[in-house]
Amino acid sequence: MTDSSTSKSPTAPARWARWRTPLGYALGALVLFGLAPLVLSDFRLGQLARYLCVAIVAVGISLAWGRGGMLVLGQGLFFGLGGYAMAMHMKLADAGAGQLPDFMLLYGSTDELPWWWQPFSSPVVALAAVLVLPMGLAALIGWSVFRRRVRGAYFAILSQALAAAFAILLIGQQATTGGTNGLTNFQGFFGFSLHDPVNRRTVYFLIAATLLLLMLATRQLFHSRYGELLVAVRDSEERVRFLGYDPALVKLVAYVLSAGMAGVAGALFVPAVGIISPALIGIVPSIQFVIGAAIGGRASVAGAALGAVAVAWAQTTLSEEFPSAWTYFQGGLFVVVVAFLPGGLASLWHLAAARRRQRTEVVTAA
Amino acid sequence: MTEQPLNDLVIDDVRVTFDGFVAVDGVSLRVGPGDLRFLIGPNGAGKTTLVDAITGLTPATGSVRFGGRELLGRPVHRIVRLGIGRTFQTATVFENLTVLQNLDIAAGTTRRPHTLLRRRRTVPDEVQRALETTGLTGQRDRAAGTLAHGQKQWLEIGMLLVQNVQLLLLDEPVAGMSHEEREQTGQLLQRVGEDRTVVVIEHDMDFMRAFAASVTVLHAGRVLSEGTVAEVRADPRVQEVYLGETAVA
Repeated sequence: MTDSSTSKSPTAPARWARWRTPLGYALGALVLFGLAPLVLSDFRLGQLARYLCVAIVAVGISLAWGRGGMLVLGQGLFFGLGGYAMAMHMKLADAGAGQLPDFMLLYGSTDELPWWWQPFSSPVVALAAVLVLPMGLAALIGWSVFRRRVRGAYFAILSQALAAAFAILLIGQQATTGGTNGLTNFQGFFGFSLHDPVNRRTVYFLIAATLLLLMLATRQLFHSRYGELLVAVRDSEERVRFLGYDPALVKLVAYVLSAGMAGVAGALFVPAVGIISPALIGIVPSIQFVIGAAIGGRASVAGAALGAVAVAWAQTTLSEEFPSAWTYFQGGLFVVVVAFLPGGLASLWHLAAARRRQRTEVVTAA
Repeated sequence: MTEQPLNDLVIDDVRVTFDGFVAVDGVSLRVGPGDLRFLIGPNGAGKTTLVDAITGLTPATGSVRFGGRELLGRPVHRIVRLGIGRTFQTATVFENLTVLQNLDIAAGTTRRPHTLLRRRRTVPDEVQRALETTGLTGQRDRAAGTLAHGQKQWLEIGMLLVQNVQLLLLDEPVAGMSHEEREQTGQLLQRVGEDRTVVVIEHDMDFMRAFAASVTVLHAGRVLSEGTVAEVRADPRVQEVYLGETAVA
């Protein structure tokens, strides 16, 4: 008997189940690194890179929401912090040493670089900020919120409000943030021209590798003792407190990690798509991050990632065809999945497996 | 199993008030090491509230000391770490996790944070012992939600054992159990009580008579009587409170 398996019985299907995950990831890597660059045009590959960024956010959501029960409706906030940190550095690098970014010259209200822009001229500071800003802010929010035992819908509304507030703040500071237009028109990415298709392809590979790595790390976390503890906190916070743990701390770790993943996704989104703007980080995109994870299956890393890619893809394709109907369709799909299939499409597999196991148990019992 | 000397639970003049209603009205009592104390009394006597106060769930005035350390004013999880565990009237186990996972989580507070990031490869010794003590070895890999009512209560007690608590506070552990399950639970409590202090809130008088080492009777937030089962049953004040309740008379 294996101790590592959590609930699977060591029957025939379990033996190949051990290989299911490595095979799945190998297949995923093959598709992302082999098939996709081969069959997709540069334009479509760029779109896929964008979907993969959404998938990275979804992996974080599967940790915080799927395992931790925290409905993070405002991941756009952390996505935006990572995205803007990267975009600010790229703008400064494009402008060259001592020069102002182009949009600041355009709006012309300042002839000096604002103090809070200055550290971002250093690539090291910018890269660190991609992680430190979202995770630090999440730690601050989480610590004050979880300790006061704010949870459920209140937590969801709060996180959504923060994403909205951040977007509004950015719009209000047009002279230094680019306002509604955001930051765009990037030329290079750490010295490599973004006009060169080869470099754009490299960005895609970077995103694909990051996604796979974060998926593996999150999966490990799911199956670790911490993952079990997180489920315990989700199901019965009070009970965990009576085991001598501080549930606020347990939740905080998952929340901060999910914020970090959203930040990384935002930072990679900028060179891949070429823009970061308030419209990409407010309430609507924040909800879309969650919808992808919900439809694919929030309790499964792969389910959340695949769901996010599928929903993002459907959004681009279907919204081209039916621009107004898509939003309703998406909302309807979300409601149906949450109401009738809380585990998302990924849970169909487990439902089928449980059905099969039940049948074999009946057979052996008889 | 435990090397450290057993500790006294000393409760001194504890009061709990809800919006002017006095639920616990100056209770003082002492539970010695190794005791199996039953806390009985009519509904509303303040039994559960007293346990809530000891475990930090309800604010209270007065003093509760365990092994000389003051408990009142500490947050719940810190009190647990001083070696005090409790169960609730309705068994609260993690239904989606297996018996093994439930016990493993309970054993985890003494682990260092980095071990949390790894998978559990083997069954830890203390978990194995708890499985044997509670008789749940055969149920190890079952989801806790699928256990029978009695088994869930035993799992809860097992979770206290792996926490290595010195003082167990059990709130109606045999409520809703079959006669057979009560018998097994009583024997489990006696096994557990060999090297720990156990306080049991109970309504079931037969169960109390069979297993209590000592009894405290609460009435209207105060201690009415205290002593062995025989002493308490002979106390006329107790008979008055329980008048008509054939269980004691």
